[in-house]
Amino acid sequence: MEIKAGSLVDPCSTRKTLTGAWRTFVPVVDQEKCIKCSLCEIYCPEGCIHQEEGLFVPDLDYCKGCSVCAHECPRMAITMVLEEK
Amino acid sequence: MSKGNDSRKHQNTANMKVVEGSYAVAHAVMCCRPDVISAYPITPQTHIVENLSQMVADGELDSEFLTVDSEFSALSVLIGASACGARSYSSTTSQGLALMYEVLYNVSGMRLPIVMNVANRALGAPLNIWNDQQDSIGARDVGWLQIYVEDVQEAVDATLQAYKIAEDAEIRTPIMVCMDGFILTHVYEPVELLDKELAKEFLPAFKPADILDPAHPKTFGAFADPSTYTEFRYQQFEAQQKALEKIELVAREFEETFGRNYGGLIDSYHAEDAEIVLLTMGSVIGTIKDAIDAMRSEGKRVGLIKVRSYRPFPILALRKALKDASVIAVIEKDVSIGNEAGLVTDLKAAFYNSSIRIPIIGFTAGLGGRDITIKDIRKIVEKAEAARKGIKSEFEFLNLREEIL
Repeated sequence: MEIKAGSLVDPCSTRKTLTGAWRTFVPVVDQEKCIKCSLCEIYCPEGCIHQEEGLFVPDLDYCKGCSVCAHECPRMAITMVLEEK
Repeated sequence: MSKGNDSRKHQNTANMKVVEGSYAVAHAVMCCRPDVISAYPITPQTHIVENLSQMVADGELDSEFLTVDSEFSALSVLIGASACGARSYSSTTSQGLALMYEVLYNVSGMRLPIVMNVANRALGAPLNIWNDQQDSIGARDVGWLQIYVEDVQEAVDATLQAYKIAEDAEIRTPIMVCMDGFILTHVYEPVELLDKELAKEFLPAFKPADILDPAHPKTFGAFADPSTYTEFRYQQFEAQQKALEKIELVAREFEETFGRNYGGLIDSYHAEDAEIVLLTMGSVIGTIKDAIDAMRSEGKRVGLIKVRSYRPFPILALRKALKDASVIAVIEKDVSIGNEAGLVTDLKAAFYNSSIRIPIIGFTAGLGGRDITIKDIRKIVEKAEAARKGIKSEFEFLNLREEIL
């Protein structure tokens, strides 16, 4: 990705500009505990948790690590783990 | 660079008119053909924008003149205008410039080549409407280029030059043309006003490669996270480094067209063989030149280096021009409360990692409109002479009235 002076970008730039870089904690889903209620997907303020082949998976390119998903999960199937980069 | 006889000006007396500094600048702005002007009136800038407003009302100038509620809005309006490809102009001073602070960063960060005349004035509190340069020196790190002018003619000429520098595809950086409030804005002086046709040849239409256009949507100044923010700042830093050359080049091109030259980054007066060199910016230079003439006739080898471009700071040009001096005295109308003042600190930093080891002393003078007289300049020269044998005071407030403290 090449940047353009003046922080000039074309439409749909976030498809290229990934915004997950400021995350400190990463949500890890215990798929054994998950009951597929989809509350994590509904509550995720970034809209970045999606069902993939039946499993709920956070998209780490955009996840900010806010822990709303972990807080809302009725089965405590999501753990926030310190991410070291 | 002049040799000290002031022949550089080459003003054509036949074309000269006695006008107020503010009118002369407004006329220069008219010759730059801005598409959009937005400003909020504030002393001592008011006459510049009043004149422009009159020119628009009289049909002399085909610009959109937007009256707004504040300086914050004035410059914000110009962000939109400039991003749409409109040549944009504003002018302000003091508290007005302070109110623009946040917008100044947005303009430079979006690389919008807006030109703004700053009619330098003190900042309150205490309330004071008179001249010093605290306002623009305080905004030295906002990413704008800053040119300080010495007289009305230079204010006129630098305004036209400013657009040519700012709009250059490699530079794309806004410029403040700083002129001392009242001393230059309200003085009536003989000036050669710009020729509209020549100005048009010198400054072609503003045609940026990227503009805001609904048909081809774009975002200016988009979000940049820690992975790219540094690189955007680096690009601005690099553009200012390129401006060092561009400012010199535009000064030479201006001379070819109009016959006047003030130096590009710096200028000098009797500095070549000077032992004591004074370094300063702005209108006090006129007084200093008179003082130098008097002292030269007494056999004192005193000279002057004028800093015209404060941002970018001309490190190499200053090293070259000052390397043979025995002592340097910096005179400036600002103070960095807590650490000396802008120009003297920058000059010392410019020399630190070089082989130059010349005593440098600094004076803050003329704050809040206090006059700087020939007597004051002589006093500074005496102190500089003494500093050759050892610096007693590295930085001081000139003519501090200890009796009222």
